Order: sequence, then C-alpha cells, then structure tokens
Amino acid sequence: MVANTDNDTIVAISTPIGEGGISIIRISGDDAIKVAKKIYHGKDLAKVHTNTINYGHIIDPDTNEEVDEVMVSVMRAPHTYTCEDVVEINCHGGLLATNRILQLVLSYGARMAEPGEFTKRAFLNGRLDLSQSEAVMDLIRAKTDKSMKVALNQLDGNLSHLIRHLRKDILDVLAQVEVNIDYPEYDAVEEMTTKMLKEKAIDIRQRIESLLKTAKQGKVLREGLATAIIGRPNVGKSSLLNSLLHEDKAIVTNVAGTTRDVIEEYVNVDGVPLKLIDTAGIRDTNDTVEKIGVDRSKKALNAADLVLLLIDNSAPLTDEDRELLAATKDKQRIVILNKTDLPDKVDRNELKQLVGQDHLIETSIVNNEGMSQLGQTISHMFFDQGIENSQNNVMVTNARHIGLLHQADDALGDVLKGIKDGMPVDLVQIDMTRCWDLLGEITGDSYQDELLDQLFSQFCLGK
Amino acid sequence: MKSAEALKTSDAVQYEGGDYDVIVVGAGHAGSEAALAAARMGNKTLLVTISLEMVAFMPCNPSVGGPAKGIVVREIDALGGEMGHNIDKTYVQMRMLNTGKGPAVRALRAQADKHAYHRQMKLTIEKQPNLTLRQATVDQLIVEDGVCKGVITNTGARYHAKAVVLTVGTAARGKIIIGELQYQSGPNNSKSAVKLSENLEKLGFDLERFKTGTPPRVNGNTIHYDETEEQPGDQEVHHFSFDTPDSHYLSVSDQISCWLTYTNPGTHNLIRANLDRAPMFSGVIKGVGPRYCPSIEDKIVRFADKDRHQVFLEPEGRDTDEWYLDGLSTSMPEEIQQKIVHSVKGLEDAELMRPGYAIEYDVVAPYQLHPTLETKLVKNLYTAGQTNGTSGYEEAAGQGLIAGINAGLRALGKKPFVLKRSDAYIGVMIDDLVTKGTKEPYRLLTSRAEYRLLLRHDNADFRLMAKGHAIGLVSDERYAKMEAKKQQVEAEIARLKSEKLKPNDQAVNNFIQQHGDNPLKDAVTAADFIKRPYVDYQTLLKFIPGPNQDLDRHVIEQVEIQLKYAGYIKKEEQKVERMKRMENKRIPANIDYDQVDGLATEGRQKLEKIRPETLAQASRISGVNPADIAILSVYIRK
Repeated sequence: MVANTDNDTIVAISTPIGEGGISIIRISGDDAIKVAKKIYHGKDLAKVHTNTINYGHIIDPDTNEEVDEVMVSVMRAPHTYTCEDVVEINCHGGLLATNRILQLVLSYGARMAEPGEFTKRAFLNGRLDLSQSEAVMDLIRAKTDKSMKVALNQLDGNLSHLIRHLRKDILDVLAQVEVNIDYPEYDAVEEMTTKMLKEKAIDIRQRIESLLKTAKQGKVLREGLATAIIGRPNVGKSSLLNSLLHEDKAIVTNVAGTTRDVIEEYVNVDGVPLKLIDTAGIRDTNDTVEKIGVDRSKKALNAADLVLLLIDNSAPLTDEDRELLAATKDKQRIVILNKTDLPDKVDRNELKQLVGQDHLIETSIVNNEGMSQLGQTISHMFFDQGIENSQNNVMVTNARHIGLLHQADDALGDVLKGIKDGMPVDLVQIDMTRCWDLLGEITGDSYQDELLDQLFSQFCLGK
Repeated sequence: MKSAEALKTSDAVQYEGGDYDVIVVGAGHAGSEAALAAARMGNKTLLVTISLEMVAFMPCNPSVGGPAKGIVVREIDALGGEMGHNIDKTYVQMRMLNTGKGPAVRALRAQADKHAYHRQMKLTIEKQPNLTLRQATVDQLIVEDGVCKGVITNTGARYHAKAVVLTVGTAARGKIIIGELQYQSGPNNSKSAVKLSENLEKLGFDLERFKTGTPPRVNGNTIHYDETEEQPGDQEVHHFSFDTPDSHYLSVSDQISCWLTYTNPGTHNLIRANLDRAPMFSGVIKGVGPRYCPSIEDKIVRFADKDRHQVFLEPEGRDTDEWYLDGLSTSMPEEIQQKIVHSVKGLEDAELMRPGYAIEYDVVAPYQLHPTLETKLVKNLYTAGQTNGTSGYEEAAGQGLIAGINAGLRALGKKPFVLKRSDAYIGVMIDDLVTKGTKEPYRLLTSRAEYRLLLRHDNADFRLMAKGHAIGLVSDERYAKMEAKKQQVEAEIARLKSEKLKPNDQAVNNFIQQHGDNPLKDAVTAADFIKRPYVDYQTLLKFIPGPNQDLDRHVIEQVEIQLKYAGYIKKEEQKVERMKRMENKRIPANIDYDQVDGLATEGRQKLEKIRPETLAQASRISGVNPADIAILSVYIRK
C-alpha cells in the first residue's frame, strides 16, 4: 500500500541483537495492546494509562511457561512515534529470550515489521510536522533513487536474471490464458488448460523453492548453523566441544544471557559457522550427571538444524542411546562413535541399522582422531547437500526478497489448490498473476502500489 | 471554369435555434446513449447528427458484445442505457463465448441486423419525450470564459445549452483511404466534420490522429457456403437486457449462422506482392491503428510465419444479402481487395459490394478529461466514444452514457457520477483513458480489469442498478424487480448453508464415488458441497429438498457462482477494500504541484498534465513513482 493506513500490527526487535543487557521488542498497530495482553502477566494492559511502564512477566499462553521478567511500556495513539498504539517490551537481552518473545508476539497476531516500517508509518500517518516531513521527503527522495540502485546492485546479477526468467515464463502462461479469454474464437493460440497450467506452476514453484533454500543457507552463513551436541552423560560431549572451541579457527562469541538463557558459542568448522546450542548444559553435565542427560538433550534438539549425536564405543548401546537415535531420526545428524581408542563394545550392526543412511563417523576425540573427517562431513552436508540446486551460486539474502519469494511460493500453492479443486483456468490465473506481480517487485519490474514498501527498506530496522 | 462556378459554396446566415439543457453532437453509439440518458433524467435535450441515416449506425462489424464488451452492454443496461434493449430487439444470432471458462469471462455476443439496429434506436430516440433529433453539422462551440454554452451548426442555428456532449466519432476531420485513393469522409462515406476540429484546436485542445479500418462487403448470393464451416447461434436462451423475457428468444432456426473460412498462402503472397500499394506501409497512413484488430496486410507482415488467418463471414442483416468479411480488414486498392477476397476458399466468386477502407480521424487526447468525461479546458463540455480514442460500439456507448449522465447532472445542478474500477468495466475504461491515455484506439479487454471476477456480466444488475436508480434512469419497478432477485439469491444461499448432506446418505456417497471422490466422513452443508467441480445446483437438489418456490435461471446462476467461487470472490473484494483507502484520498482540485517539494521532475510533469483526482488515480500514472505518491500523500494531509 502506498499510504499505509492499514494499521495491521507489526513487531520488531528494536535494539541491536546480541549486544547490550536489555532488548526492546516494539509492537505498533491497532492490535498492539491486544497482542501484548495475550502473552503478558501483570496489570491489564488494556486498562493502564498511556505512557506508563509496567512490571510483569511474559508467559507462553500455550504452556503457561514463564519466558522472561519484563517491563512493558504502553503508549496509545495518536501521540506515539507511529501515531498508532505502541507497546514496548523491555526484556533481558539474551538472544533466546528476546527471540522467544518475538515469536510469541508473532504467533499472537502481529507480523514482522519490514525494514524501516515504523518510520514509514510515522511518516505516512502524518506524525511529522512540516519541516520534518520535508526533511523526510528529501530523505525518501535520496533513499528512493539510491534504494533502487542499491536494490538492483544488491541483486546479484544472477538472481535478477533468474527472477526475470521466471517472470517471463509466467508471463507466457498468462498471456496465453488472456488471449484465450479475450479472443476465444481465434485459433492462433493453443487453449491453455489447467493441466498445462499445473505443469508450469509446478516447474516455477520448484525454481522458487530452490531459491528459497539458498535463502536458508544465507541465513545460516549469517547467523550460524544451530548445532546441538547430544548424547548420554560421559560420551565425550564436552571433549568434542572443547576440541571444536580450542582450535585456532574458533570464533569465540559468548552471547551474554540471563540465568534462564542457554549459552551459545560460535565456531567455524571447515568454513561452516556453527552456533553451538546449550554449551552450558554440556559443561554442567560434568558436575551433575544425574540431573542432566537425555531430557536436556532433547530440548536442545528442537532448536537445532544439525545434531551431533555421540555414542560411547567403550560401552554397549543403552536404551538412552537408542532413544536419542530415534529422537534424531528426522534431523540432519552426524552420529559420532567416540572413544575408538578403547575396546569396541558397541554392536556395530545394530548401530548401523539405527543410523540408517545418515553419517556415521568414528572418533577418538581425546587423541584428536577423526576430527578432520567430522569437519569434512559437516562441510559436505552443508555445501553440497544443504545447498542442493544452488542455481549458479545465487544466494538470496535480502529479507524483502525472501519475503516476496515466500509470498510468490504461496501464490503458486493457491494456483495448484485451485487446479485441484477444479477451478476454471481464468480463476486459477488470478493467483498466477499475483505470483508474477510479487516476483516483479523483487526486480522492480512491475509497478505495484505496494512497491512503496520497498523504498523504505533503506531505513534501519525498528526505527 | 463553369464547373468551379457551379460548386462554389457559401455559409448560412445564423439564427437563434433555441435553448436546451443538454446538447449532444453526434448520434452514433455514444451520442444515442448520451442523449437518451440526459433526456430521461428530465433534461430538455437536443441530439444533432450529420445524417439521420447514421443514427446508431454500425460502420464496421455487425455485432455487439464479446469478451469485456458484452459485460459493458450489461452494465449499460443495468444503469438504464439503451444498447441492451436495442440489440435484444434486433439481433440475428446470439452466442455465449468462453463457456468452458469461469463465470468472470463468459461473454455474450450478438450478431446484429445493422439496419434494424439503426432503425430501432432512431425510433426510440424519436419517441423519447424531452429529446429532439435534428440533422445538421456542428461547426463550432459557443464558449464564453472557458464555459461551453452551446453550438453553432452549418445551417446557421445557434443552440444554447447548460452542457454539451461531443461524440463525433470518426467524422472528426475524417479521411478515407483505399490504396492510392484518399478523400475527406466520415464513416461509410458520410460527411466529415472539419470545422469542429479546427474550432477545438483553436480552443486549445490537443488533438491526436488515429486510424481504424473495415473489411470489404460481398454479396452473399455469390458465397460458396458449403466450402466453409457453419457457426450457428446458441439454442440456450440468452439476452443482454435485464428486461427481455426468455420467451422472446429466437430459436436456432430463426437465427442466422455465421461461416468460417481461412486465408491461405496464395492470399498472403498476393498481399506481400502488393505491399508497396498498401497505405499502411507506404507511409500514406499517419494515424495510429489498433493492435487489437489489425488489417490483413498488417497481420501478414507481423505474423509472417502463419500460413492462414481466420475469416468469419457475418450477415449484415435480415433484409439484405450483404456480408461482412471479419478478418479481412484492409485499405489495399480496390483492385487488390477483389483479388484478396477471391483467393479465399468459399469466396472465389464473391462479388465485392463495398471495398474495405482505412479511416483517419481526430481524437481529443483523453488526458484532457476529468473522470466525469468533462473536459478540463472547457467547463460544461463533455466528450465520449471514438472522440476519446476508443474503438468499439460498446466502449463508445458506455462512455456516452456516462457523459450524458454527467451533462444531465450538471444541467440539473447535481453532483457528478463516476464509476470506480471496482464498480464496472466502464469505470476501468474511463480511468485508463483519463489516467494513462492511449496511443492507439483503445479496446476493452478483460485483462485490463484487475477485479475481473467481481465485474461479471451476470452481476451487472446487482452492481449498478441501484446507481442507475439513484440517477433516475432505472424505474422504481425495475429496481424492485432486481431487489427481489437479490433477496431470492440471498435467501437460497442462506438455505443452502443450513441444509446438510449426511455421511449415511447412500445416494450421496454413490454419487460422490462415481466421480472418483471419497465418500463423506462428516456432514457437509449444501453450500460447501456445491463447491465440488462435479456438483451444480440441479444435482444438489437430488439430495436436499428444493426451495419453497421455483427459482428462475438467473437466481440459480447467482447462487451457483456466489457459492462455487466464494474464495476467489472474497480475495478480490479484499483487494478492492485495500485500494479503497487510497481511492478515498482526494487530491485538491487546485493543487499547485510546484509547491510540493521533493517530487521528481517527471512525476511533477505527469501529475500536472493529468491532474488526478485521488491518490489511487495518481498512483496509476506511469512515470509517477511510489516516492512521489508518498510525498503527495503527506502534502495533501497537511
């Protein structure tokens, strides 16, 4: 929308991520207070005065679990930055807590703000006075010309080429449908049937989805591949952790957390950044073997993109091992049979059966044996299998592009659903056109009223 | 020198012709609708035409409707216009196109008896109270201080009015071209209007030069029909007008078939060999022609690899054996035209009755218009139809109706009437014209409408009749009839939402399985069940009780469409809703774009030229970018 009076509720983390002791999650829009209220225990936010700050807790309404202790500011329209209702949640600055709260806000009715969207709303809602608005106009002017250029520069030549190619293919389909409609009696064009449309839609969808896979890859490169090291007590988790961390190439970033946060550490293994989850838990295991173990490992599993599951070669498989093997069956995993320096006690046949097609590596971490194989395996999984179909090394990294590709993907989903439901071709085509428009917004080739949103992506997120 | 003496001309002495509320200049499809609308709204109206024989004449295709255009006819009818009635009374064949596609693009098309169509419209105009039909050529507008106050005819009459509508079509400085032959002429060798164009230029209007054309006509007695394919009309009943009873529908045997044949490589070679004599390519024709209905020489040059093109043979009427060769539009020399015709299968011996021709004419560049079709330059002056750069009878009639309504409203001192893009194809067309302009004769296509599924021909009555009623063009009785239909549709939909089909109904499950679907697990409402592709309303009635009263086919059609396509309809409605917020942001009429800081130069120039009325309209102007819109949006809020 050009003038966004469509006050749907948006949210973003408005403090730099991972730095500072406190994070602020800002929510703006008609439902800001309603959304916050759903996940907040404390005073009734609907009744508190405007411009007040309130102590309470964020809870997950599904589990009633307490997520964090927070201060919540409530500012009512119109005297706020965006001229809309604004709620700011001040929480402990740990990445996990902040993200968890953000996720909750998102799942209770807000959507992720686009870059610069708060400022954009302030601007469009006429919050800025004459001189200010003139300044912003200049800014927009500068940003516009620049952002178009930047957007185009940012677009890897290959990406825009791919998108234009996709659009051309879609346009061919659309044109054929349109000709059939507007010139039904003319025999020059083959009748475009939903069957043909289906083939095209599937083809285009596959191409979009493989682009989206690269987006995931790009995210991993930026944020690290969430990796859990799991295994029953005393299999060598902390040895593995130390081995990974003590290598020269380790990037040691100790993300500060509260007591409730889980420590994360970053390492670079053969070019793949790993974000090791719950390293505190691993370290704890040395002291309190009984308390920690399978339960904690399972928890770490949920957040992991990659699982390193350790098995003790010097002892027969236990039920705990089997349970962890079963629990990680659907995950990307590497099973590490450790302590090969000690006598083999594991039934290899059973283990191989349980590991199936997944990677199985043998190590003696204390002797530094098998570590390079582990590194290679991770790298291989990530770069060769992970980026399958990497389409000329195109990688989508821009959040706006990713969002548009997701929407285009959804539109194609609707196309296929329509075909399945037996809808006539001209209705199915409505969603195909939408897909075309969305892709055009990536390359700036289609003029859409929503295109304004792109221009503001030059503003920094959250303000 | 004697002959020159004999042809010497002189001007008439002027006299006062009288006072009117509205004067309409030109009585083609636009002018007829404009004049009837103004008169029916209670305005004393004068309709001036160059020739009474040209009232609602069809100088080109003897047909009305088709994709997008057929929907316009229904829209005109719903608003209280005449085209739907007129064609329902004078068609020789009726066909529904796109029946295999969705409801949004189904299109009704009629072959017209063009002479009957003209006579019927002329009669309707003659009988219309408040309306005077006169033959004369308007040479000049009476304009004082930028306000149009009347017209002056070649016969010297000075007619005064509160509003004037110009619908002069291809008569505006019209020139016919056939090969090397060129002469001043309106359509079908009628008189062209030269002085009016000069007057408009003098008033400061930017006129453009467009071109259109028509194919040759042949004597049907000399066509070998057995060499061609028959294209009969539909047996199923269709009408354009809401008011036409089904009992009036002609049986297939009472309809006249069209026939289909093709050009061939021989035809194409013939044309290629004579391209140097084609005015289209020799540089003689300067006007811009439509891509949408190209001449045969254009088709052969642009699509060189095609070895045949369709030619539809269409009857011009019941009381004539003249046939129209749809697909052979040409401005080649008559001699070549004859050979082209004879090269086509079935037309080997066809006698040419009239040659095809190209016609160049003046167009008022439509950026000079408000969405009401009033000119920005001269107040109380409206233009419509080909004058605004469109092609097609339906496009002309749709604009004529809007121009007539607005001229009538102005004369009555009432607020103007504008259809939005989400209201009607007519709204799409006018918005396109005044916002984007057109570089070639503009034809409506369904793809021009972004809310195509909402702008269906089957719901034109629901969309527009209330508006027509408010304007005074739809009688209370007719309006009540539409409301009753609407209520029946709503009641039946509500009923189907409460009626359920149960999993233990073996007949239902047998039926479902016959169509390869899984039997019901839970009860479903009839409203959900009808969404399945193999279920229609009549099938549904096998499994649930029928309604209390029998429903007519129009009601059933609505129930089916509204339920079957509910998901898509809702999506489009949401799109409209989003755009509405911008449609509602009006830009002040007196805005000085030089005072708006930050606009890009191109954006500023375009905004100044088009002077959009709403932010939404501004956003549709090419060259105005989103940043300009954002800046404008803040500026107008100040």
